[in-house]
Amino acid sequence: MIQDTLTDAGDDLVLGGEKFSSRLIMGTGGAPSLEVLEQALVASGTELTTVAMRRLDPAARGSVLDVLRGRGIKVLPNTAGCFTAGEAVLTARLAREALETNWVKLEVISDERTLLPDPIETFDAAERLVADGFVVLPYIGDDPALARRLEQAGCAAVMPLGAPIGSGLGIRNPHNIELIVEASGVPVILDAGIGTASDAALAMELGCDAVLLATAVTRARRPDLMAGAMRQAVVAGRMARAAGRIPRRRYAEASSPMTP
Amino acid sequence: MNVTINGTAHELPQGATVALAVRRLTETMSGVAVAVNDEVVSRGAWDSTPLAEADRVEVLTAVQGG
Repeated sequence: MIQDTLTDAGDDLVLGGEKFSSRLIMGTGGAPSLEVLEQALVASGTELTTVAMRRLDPAARGSVLDVLRGRGIKVLPNTAGCFTAGEAVLTARLAREALETNWVKLEVISDERTLLPDPIETFDAAERLVADGFVVLPYIGDDPALARRLEQAGCAAVMPLGAPIGSGLGIRNPHNIELIVEASGVPVILDAGIGTASDAALAMELGCDAVLLATAVTRARRPDLMAGAMRQAVVAGRMARAAGRIPRRRYAEASSPMTP
Repeated sequence: MNVTINGTAHELPQGATVALAVRRLTETMSGVAVAVNDEVVSRGAWDSTPLAEADRVEVLTAVQGG
Protein backbone atom coordinates (compact mmCIF):
# COMPACT_ATOMS: atom_id res chain seq x y z
CA MET A 1 0.00 0.00 0.00
CA ILE A 2 1.31 3.43 -0.88
CA GLN A 3 1.62 5.62 2.18
CA ASP A 4 1.78 9.33 1.57
CA THR A 5 1.39 10.46 5.15
CA LEU A 6 2.62 9.32 8.55
CA THR A 7 -0.62 9.99 10.35
CA ASP A 8 -2.24 6.64 9.50
CA ALA A 9 0.66 4.87 11.15
CA GLY A 10 0.06 6.70 14.45
CA ASP A 11 2.84 9.23 14.71
CA ASP A 12 1.98 11.09 17.89
CA LEU A 13 4.50 13.14 19.80
CA VAL A 14 4.73 11.66 23.30
CA LEU A 15 5.82 14.33 25.75
CA GLY A 16 5.65 14.07 29.52
CA GLY A 17 3.44 11.00 29.16
CA GLU A 18 0.87 12.83 26.99
CA LYS A 19 0.21 12.38 23.28
CA PHE A 20 0.03 15.20 20.74
CA SER A 21 -0.85 14.73 17.08
CA SER A 22 0.69 18.13 16.23
CA ARG A 23 4.46 18.51 16.45
CA LEU A 24 4.27 22.29 16.24
CA ILE A 25 4.40 24.01 19.63
CA MET A 26 3.53 27.68 19.48
CA GLY A 27 4.58 30.67 21.52
CA THR A 28 2.31 33.64 21.98
CA GLY A 29 4.75 36.56 22.13
CA GLY A 30 4.74 39.33 19.56
CA ALA A 31 1.18 39.08 18.23
CA PRO A 32 -0.42 42.48 17.55
CA SER A 33 -3.71 41.41 19.13
CA LEU A 34 -5.42 38.42 20.73
CA GLU A 35 -7.64 38.10 17.64
CA VAL A 36 -4.64 37.80 15.31
CA LEU A 37 -3.02 35.37 17.73
CA GLU A 38 -6.12 33.19 17.87
CA GLN A 39 -6.36 33.00 14.08
CA ALA A 40 -2.69 32.04 13.88
CA LEU A 41 -2.97 29.37 16.58
CA VAL A 42 -5.94 27.80 14.85
CA ALA A 43 -4.15 27.84 11.48
CA SER A 44 -1.06 26.27 13.06
CA GLY A 45 -2.98 23.26 14.35
CA THR A 46 -0.98 23.44 17.59
CA GLU A 47 -2.09 21.55 20.69
CA LEU A 48 0.49 23.00 23.09
CA THR A 49 1.29 26.70 23.47
CA THR A 50 3.48 28.74 25.80
CA VAL A 51 2.50 31.69 27.97
CA ALA A 52 4.62 33.90 30.22
CA MET A 53 3.90 34.82 33.85
CA ARG A 54 3.79 38.54 34.69
CA ARG A 55 2.39 40.86 37.31
CA LEU A 56 -1.38 41.10 36.98
CA ASP A 57 -2.41 44.29 35.17
CA PRO A 58 -5.88 45.37 36.39
CA ALA A 59 -6.36 47.37 33.18
CA ALA A 60 -5.69 44.42 30.85
CA ARG A 61 -8.60 43.42 28.63
CA GLY A 62 -8.99 39.86 27.39
CA SER A 63 -6.71 37.00 28.32
CA VAL A 64 -4.46 34.71 26.38
CA LEU A 65 -5.63 31.96 28.74
CA ASP A 66 -9.23 32.38 27.58
CA VAL A 67 -8.08 32.02 23.97
CA LEU A 68 -6.13 28.83 24.66
CA ARG A 69 -8.83 27.25 26.80
CA GLY A 70 -11.52 28.22 24.29
CA ARG A 71 -9.59 26.39 21.58
CA GLY A 72 -8.69 23.36 23.67
CA ILE A 73 -4.95 24.08 23.50
CA LYS A 74 -2.83 22.87 26.42
CA VAL A 75 -1.10 25.72 28.25
CA LEU A 76 2.67 25.52 28.71
CA PRO A 77 3.89 28.22 31.11
CA ASN A 78 7.44 29.42 30.67
CA THR A 79 9.91 31.20 32.90
CA ALA A 80 10.74 33.90 30.36
CA GLY A 81 12.39 36.94 31.92
CA CYS A 82 14.22 34.97 34.63
CA PHE A 83 17.98 35.41 35.00
CA THR A 84 18.62 33.06 37.95
CA ALA A 85 17.61 29.55 38.98
CA GLY A 86 15.86 30.96 42.03
CA GLU A 87 13.67 33.28 39.96
CA ALA A 88 12.83 30.48 37.55
CA VAL A 89 11.86 28.03 40.31
CA LEU A 90 9.57 30.62 41.94
CA THR A 91 8.01 31.51 38.58
CA ALA A 92 7.39 27.83 37.80
CA ARG A 93 5.73 27.33 41.18
CA LEU A 94 3.52 30.39 40.64
CA ALA A 95 2.58 29.11 37.20
CA ARG A 96 1.68 25.72 38.67
CA GLU A 97 -0.56 27.46 41.17
CA ALA A 98 -2.17 29.85 38.67
CA LEU A 99 -2.60 27.47 35.74
CA GLU A 100 -2.94 24.12 37.50
CA THR A 101 -0.24 22.44 35.45
CA ASN A 102 3.07 20.96 36.57
CA TRP A 103 4.57 21.47 33.10
CA VAL A 104 7.10 24.23 32.60
CA LYS A 105 9.25 25.45 29.75
CA LEU A 106 12.36 26.35 31.71
CA GLU A 107 14.01 29.45 30.31
CA VAL A 108 16.82 31.20 32.19
CA ILE A 109 18.55 33.82 30.10
CA SER A 110 22.05 35.19 30.54
CA ASP A 111 21.70 38.74 29.20
CA GLU A 112 19.15 40.95 27.49
CA ARG A 113 21.15 41.58 24.33
CA THR A 114 21.42 37.97 23.17
CA LEU A 115 18.74 36.33 25.36
CA LEU A 116 20.96 33.24 25.21
CA PRO A 117 20.17 30.63 27.87
CA ASP A 118 22.46 30.44 30.91
CA PRO A 119 23.51 26.77 31.14
CA ILE A 120 24.57 26.84 34.81
CA GLU A 121 21.40 28.49 36.13
CA THR A 122 19.26 26.37 33.80
CA PHE A 123 20.76 23.11 35.05
CA ASP A 124 20.44 24.18 38.69
CA ALA A 125 16.78 25.12 38.20
CA ALA A 126 16.06 21.91 36.26
CA GLU A 127 17.33 19.73 39.10
CA ARG A 128 15.24 21.62 41.66
CA LEU A 129 12.08 21.55 39.52
CA VAL A 130 12.38 17.84 38.69
CA ALA A 131 12.76 17.15 42.44
CA ASP A 132 9.61 19.23 43.00
CA GLY A 133 7.58 17.07 40.59
CA PHE A 134 7.57 19.28 37.51
CA VAL A 135 7.60 18.11 33.89
CA VAL A 136 10.61 20.19 32.86
CA LEU A 137 11.25 21.26 29.27
CA PRO A 138 14.50 23.26 29.30
CA TYR A 139 15.48 25.81 26.65
CA ILE A 140 19.23 25.44 26.03
CA GLY A 141 22.01 26.27 23.61
CA ASP A 142 22.82 23.73 20.90
CA ASP A 143 25.11 21.88 23.33
CA PRO A 144 25.03 18.06 23.17
CA ALA A 145 26.82 17.67 26.52
CA LEU A 146 24.35 19.89 28.38
CA ALA A 147 21.42 18.16 26.66
CA ARG A 148 22.68 14.80 27.93
CA ARG A 149 23.15 16.11 31.46
CA LEU A 150 19.62 17.55 31.52
CA GLU A 151 18.17 14.27 30.30
CA GLN A 152 20.04 12.46 33.09
CA ALA A 153 18.66 15.02 35.54
CA GLY A 154 15.15 13.90 34.61
CA CYS A 155 13.96 16.51 32.11
CA ALA A 156 11.06 15.38 29.90
CA ALA A 157 12.61 16.89 26.76
CA VAL A 158 15.46 19.13 25.68
CA MET A 159 14.88 22.29 23.67
CA PRO A 160 18.03 23.45 21.89
CA LEU A 161 17.94 26.74 20.02
CA GLY A 162 18.46 27.09 16.30
CA ALA A 163 19.53 30.72 16.77
CA PRO A 164 18.82 33.50 19.28
CA ILE A 165 15.19 34.20 20.20
CA GLY A 166 13.40 36.31 17.63
CA SER A 167 16.44 36.46 15.33
CA GLY A 168 14.92 34.48 12.47
CA LEU A 169 18.43 33.23 11.62
CA GLY A 170 17.32 29.61 11.26
CA ILE A 171 19.45 26.70 12.45
CA ARG A 172 23.01 27.99 12.76
CA ASN A 173 24.58 24.66 13.74
CA PRO A 174 22.68 21.75 12.20
CA HIS A 175 25.56 19.42 13.09
CA ASN A 176 25.09 19.98 16.82
CA ILE A 177 21.33 19.54 16.53
CA GLU A 178 21.98 16.16 14.85
CA LEU A 179 24.39 15.19 17.64
CA ILE A 180 21.76 16.04 20.27
CA VAL A 181 19.12 14.04 18.38
CA GLU A 182 21.40 11.00 18.01
CA ALA A 183 22.18 10.82 21.70
CA SER A 184 18.85 11.84 23.20
CA GLY A 185 16.43 9.45 24.85
CA VAL A 186 13.87 12.21 25.38
CA PRO A 187 12.14 14.32 22.71
CA VAL A 188 14.26 17.06 21.13
CA ILE A 189 12.31 20.24 20.42
CA LEU A 190 13.97 22.86 18.22
CA ASP A 191 13.25 26.13 19.98
CA ALA A 192 14.05 29.68 18.85
CA GLY A 193 15.58 31.08 15.70
CA ILE A 194 13.05 29.80 13.18
CA GLY A 195 12.54 32.43 10.46
CA THR A 196 10.40 30.73 7.87
CA ALA A 197 8.86 27.41 6.88
CA SER A 198 12.05 25.87 5.44
CA ASP A 199 13.77 26.32 8.83
CA ALA A 200 11.00 24.34 10.54
CA ALA A 201 11.19 21.63 7.87
CA LEU A 202 14.98 21.41 8.32
CA ALA A 203 14.59 20.96 12.08
CA MET A 204 12.36 17.97 11.50
CA GLU A 205 14.62 16.58 8.73
CA LEU A 206 17.51 16.70 11.22
CA GLY A 207 15.45 14.41 13.45
CA CYS A 208 13.91 16.81 15.95
CA ASP A 209 10.67 15.55 17.46
CA ALA A 210 8.93 18.94 17.42
CA VAL A 211 9.44 22.63 16.75
CA LEU A 212 8.58 25.57 19.00
CA LEU A 213 8.25 28.97 17.38
CA ALA A 214 6.47 32.28 17.88
CA THR A 215 8.02 35.35 16.29
CA ALA A 216 8.25 33.88 12.79
CA VAL A 217 4.46 33.64 12.86
CA THR A 218 3.33 36.48 15.09
CA ARG A 219 5.48 39.09 13.35
CA ALA A 220 4.91 37.82 9.81
CA ARG A 221 2.91 40.12 7.55
CA ARG A 222 0.17 37.46 7.53
CA PRO A 223 0.45 35.48 10.80
CA ASP A 224 -2.38 33.08 9.92
CA LEU A 225 -0.80 32.25 6.56
CA MET A 226 2.66 31.71 8.06
CA ALA A 227 1.13 29.54 10.79
CA GLY A 228 -0.38 27.31 8.11
CA ALA A 229 2.98 27.19 6.32
CA MET A 230 4.71 26.14 9.55
CA ARG A 231 2.12 23.45 10.17
CA GLN A 232 2.77 21.92 6.76
CA ALA A 233 6.54 22.38 6.99
CA VAL A 234 6.72 20.41 10.24
CA VAL A 235 4.69 17.59 8.70
CA ALA A 236 6.78 17.65 5.50
CA GLY A 237 10.04 17.59 7.43
CA ARG A 238 8.83 14.72 9.58
CA MET A 239 7.82 12.73 6.50
CA ALA A 240 11.12 13.43 4.74
CA ARG A 241 13.05 12.27 7.82
CA ALA A 242 11.07 9.04 7.89
CA ALA A 243 11.41 8.56 4.13
CA GLY A 244 15.20 8.86 4.20
CA ARG A 245 17.20 11.49 2.43
CA ILE A 246 19.40 10.44 -0.52
CA PRO A 247 23.13 10.86 0.09
CA ARG A 248 24.80 14.05 -1.10
CA ARG A 249 27.19 13.37 -4.00
CA ARG A 250 30.03 15.40 -5.39
CA TYR A 251 29.17 14.58 -9.01
CA ALA A 252 26.05 13.82 -10.96
CA GLU A 253 24.53 10.39 -10.91
CA ALA A 254 22.38 9.69 -13.96
CA SER A 255 18.86 8.74 -13.02
CA SER A 256 18.55 6.62 -16.16
CA PRO A 257 21.19 4.47 -17.94
CA MET A 258 23.66 6.45 -20.09
CA THR A 259 24.43 3.55 -22.45
CA PRO A 260 21.94 2.63 -25.18
CA MET B 1 0.06 48.78 57.75
CA ASN B 2 2.07 49.27 54.58
CA VAL B 3 2.71 46.47 52.12
CA THR B 4 3.96 46.38 48.56
CA ILE B 5 1.67 44.81 45.97
CA ASN B 6 3.26 44.27 42.55
CA GLY B 7 5.83 46.93 43.31
CA THR B 8 3.36 49.59 44.44
CA ALA B 9 2.89 50.72 48.06
CA HIS B 10 -0.55 49.97 49.55
CA GLU B 11 -2.05 50.82 52.93
CA LEU B 12 -4.02 47.84 54.32
CA PRO B 13 -5.84 47.45 57.65
CA GLN B 14 -4.12 45.51 60.43
CA GLY B 15 -4.73 41.79 60.06
CA ALA B 16 -5.38 42.07 56.32
CA THR B 17 -5.04 38.76 54.51
CA VAL B 18 -3.53 37.75 51.19
CA ALA B 19 -7.08 37.53 49.81
CA LEU B 20 -7.67 41.22 50.58
CA ALA B 21 -4.44 42.19 48.83
CA VAL B 22 -5.46 40.25 45.73
CA ARG B 23 -8.86 42.00 45.71
CA ARG B 24 -7.05 45.35 45.59
CA LEU B 25 -6.09 44.37 42.03
CA THR B 26 -8.77 42.04 40.73
CA GLU B 27 -11.97 40.21 41.53
CA THR B 28 -11.06 37.48 39.04
CA MET B 29 -9.32 34.80 41.06
CA SER B 30 -8.89 32.18 38.34
CA GLY B 31 -5.54 32.04 36.57
CA VAL B 32 -3.88 34.06 39.34
CA ALA B 33 -1.07 33.09 41.72
CA VAL B 34 0.43 34.89 44.70
CA ALA B 35 3.85 34.99 46.33
CA VAL B 36 4.56 36.79 49.60
CA ASN B 37 8.23 37.57 50.15
CA ASP B 38 9.15 35.11 47.35
CA GLU B 39 7.14 32.19 48.81
CA VAL B 40 4.06 30.89 46.99
CA VAL B 41 0.82 31.14 48.98
CA SER B 42 -1.60 28.57 47.58
CA ARG B 43 -5.10 29.72 46.70
CA GLY B 44 -6.69 27.73 49.52
CA ALA B 45 -4.62 29.65 52.08
CA TRP B 46 -5.32 33.20 50.85
CA ASP B 47 -8.18 33.78 53.32
CA SER B 48 -6.24 32.48 56.30
CA THR B 49 -2.80 34.00 55.64
CA PRO B 50 -2.32 37.38 57.34
CA LEU B 51 0.09 39.94 55.95
CA ALA B 52 2.70 41.77 58.02
CA GLU B 53 4.19 45.24 57.78
CA ALA B 54 6.50 45.64 54.75
CA ASP B 55 5.49 42.35 53.15
CA ARG B 56 6.11 42.13 49.41
CA VAL B 57 3.10 40.66 47.63
CA GLU B 58 3.37 39.56 44.00
CA VAL B 59 0.16 38.76 42.10
CA LEU B 60 0.89 37.08 38.78
CA THR B 61 -1.10 35.84 35.84
CA ALA B 62 -0.44 34.39 32.38
CA VAL B 63 0.26 36.81 29.53
CA GLN B 64 1.38 36.48 25.92
CA GLY B 65 5.02 35.48 25.77
CA GLY B 66 7.59 32.96 24.70
